[in-house]
Amino acid sequence: MNRWLPENASSYGARIDGVMELIFWIVGAWFVLVIGVLLFFALRYHHRWHERAAYVPARTLRGMAIVLVPTAVILLFDLVIETASTRVWDLVKIDIPPAAQTVRVIAKQYTWTIVHPGADNQLDTADDISELNVMHVPAGEVVHFELLSEDVIHSFFLPNLRLKQDAVPGRTIRGWFEATRPGTYQLVCAELCGLGHTNMRGRLVVHDAEGYRAWLGSASPAGGK
Amino acid sequence: MQHGASQPRGLWRVFSLDHKTIAKQYLLTGLVMAIVGGWLAQGMRAQLAWPYRDFPFFGLIEPGRYNALVTMHGTIMLFWVAMPILLGAFGNFLIPLMIGARDMAFPRLNMLSFWTFLLSTFVLLASFFVEAGPAAGGWTAYPPLSAVPGYTGVDLGTDLWIVAVALEFISVLMGGINFLTTTINLRARGMRMMDLPLVVWMQLVSSVLFMLSVGPLIAGAAMLFLDRHAGSGFFDPAKGGDPLLWQHLFWFFGHPEVYVILLPGLGIVAEVLTAGARKTLFGYTMIVWSVIVSGLLSFLVWSHHQFVSGLDPRFAMPFALTTILISVPFAVQLFALIATLWRGSIRYSPAMLFAVGTIATFLVGGTTGIALGASAADIYFHDTYFVVAHFHYTLFPSVILAMHAGIYHWFPKMFGRLMHAKWGHVHFWLTFVFFHLTFIPQFLLGLAGHPRRVADPLQFDLLLSGMQPYNLVSTIGAFCLFAAQVPFLINFCWSLWRGKPAGANPWRATTIEWLATSPPPHDNFPGEVVAVRGPYEYSTPGSESDWLPQGKLENADSVAS
Repeated sequence: MNRWLPENASSYGARIDGVMELIFWIVGAWFVLVIGVLLFFALRYHHRWHERAAYVPARTLRGMAIVLVPTAVILLFDLVIETASTRVWDLVKIDIPPAAQTVRVIAKQYTWTIVHPGADNQLDTADDISELNVMHVPAGEVVHFELLSEDVIHSFFLPNLRLKQDAVPGRTIRGWFEATRPGTYQLVCAELCGLGHTNMRGRLVVHDAEGYRAWLGSASPAGGK
Repeated sequence: MQHGASQPRGLWRVFSLDHKTIAKQYLLTGLVMAIVGGWLAQGMRAQLAWPYRDFPFFGLIEPGRYNALVTMHGTIMLFWVAMPILLGAFGNFLIPLMIGARDMAFPRLNMLSFWTFLLSTFVLLASFFVEAGPAAGGWTAYPPLSAVPGYTGVDLGTDLWIVAVALEFISVLMGGINFLTTTINLRARGMRMMDLPLVVWMQLVSSVLFMLSVGPLIAGAAMLFLDRHAGSGFFDPAKGGDPLLWQHLFWFFGHPEVYVILLPGLGIVAEVLTAGARKTLFGYTMIVWSVIVSGLLSFLVWSHHQFVSGLDPRFAMPFALTTILISVPFAVQLFALIATLWRGSIRYSPAMLFAVGTIATFLVGGTTGIALGASAADIYFHDTYFVVAHFHYTLFPSVILAMHAGIYHWFPKMFGRLMHAKWGHVHFWLTFVFFHLTFIPQFLLGLAGHPRRVADPLQFDLLLSGMQPYNLVSTIGAFCLFAAQVPFLINFCWSLWRGKPAGANPWRATTIEWLATSPPPHDNFPGEVVAVRGPYEYSTPGSESDWLPQGKLENADSVAS
């Protein structure tokens, strides 16, 4: 699975990958087992090798046991998966840790406008840095985002951060991430948003501390602090 | 129930009241639409493998047209292929015959239901020819995208889409009323509800699910239409509306709809499997109850389509829980079907191959669904090709594979002739192999983060570098999968006239439809049908033969009607 997943670059990404892996192994083992049984029955009970079928209506609970017991085990595994998944969901979407800065992301057919708070870490001040389709964040710091849409529904998808959140007109949706690994990553719109949907993409640039300061310095609008 | 005397003559015969003729009309329309829907997918796959080339037949597919292909492929396959074939054709054909009735309870309503459906088909097809083309907002038609013409560039096409879908739903509703009334009132003497063949139960539960879930969507469609034309703002935040309202209305219908389609498919599989393995159905009562439970649960899972939609994140847990719970009754059903093969004596007709193939393929769809129902994993998988692959692994077996199982199985009853078995086998293996060749790469593309509904995968240079060969393989698979249906179509047409005469019961199957001649006359049975035992008495101990028919004929009419 790790061969295909894009490289993880967020603090919670490994936890999400962990849930995927847990599902992969539990479900995968069941799948192999069930498909094996199905194949075995399909071949073993070919009429050439098994001339007369048995009569198994399974009318009693005891008779149904070979179906009900595996189902009960599945339910148990389901609950294990659900518990693990809910924990990670809460971590990513509900228990939002405090952050030094909030970045505003405005989706509009077919661009992402990213408003960075600038050196003062405050949005809606003179030193805000607005960039088209490029988001800059420091590595190793929690960043909050405010997601807005000016027209249709878009979806803010950073595959390397394992982060996805729809942008809905009329709502301001808040979330967070902590990028861990400096680099440049793909930003994707994951919700069909019209003619230019396929072109609505951008980049997330994760800087190390020094690189982030350098970017702040070079990008700050004249007259800013 | 006799209305044979008022049968129309000549060309007027197309306006038939006979449930079997209506079933064949649904089947034919559904198959034609399946070719259209499959054809659209060829355009999508061509574009995804070689973006922006000048393709034969399709020409250049710019993103707007690509969106239209996506939208119409999904719409057609669900509403104009799955529904008319699995419910319209098989429901109509099988219910009266299997319960020993002479026709549906309301033959005229039945005819109206088909002609409404045909009208909806023409409205939908007309949208391909209007200015700016057909709807392009996805089969889910999320507003505001679908509410304002400027957002998709499509105007009249979207209106025609809404009207066509509404007409189609009305048609299915009328059909469902008929299915219910007929099954409850017209069963043969001696047949209890718990003696119904499983496929009839499945049609019944499907019809109920559809009736209970479609109301909110029809209301939603009316609101959408008003938003578009009357200046209302149900889904427009600027006027106090909310786009998420549509998603609730849509998925409250949309998820039960998945089971509306799946259940009849599983029912067909159960009929074919028991006859093919010469074995009684494993745990009939258990299956029926698990189907009812899954039907009830299907109304409580809709928001798992909306984990990352902007809904309060605290909603995720309860919906993830119900979603995971619904896997339990389906596990029971699948395991019971597999257990039906256990100690059977299996004969592989083409129908039987398709039935076993349905189970094997659906298992992949079911298990990968767990990854999407788990909210944390869904953050990543949502709206990627993983979802596309997953739902094709649920819908392709329940619609296409089960449909083929049903056609090969009941073709003799419908038309009095057998389909060619060798070519049926060839058709199965080609379909099975090329289906997996098409969709396994899409799971891997989804893992790599490939978003769905994008017209040009090459744009995602940072994310998908090195992944394009997977798209190529998937496309080749899709081309071959489409071509693999040619032997079926030839076999179907050839067998209509040249197939071996089938006789009344070529599969030595137990259910009551096989008591009638093939094809059955207008009033189905030459006498009264009495049910004398359960539907699946195969290899019953103490019986010489390996099958005992569920019904017998009494008071045969002296003059064949």
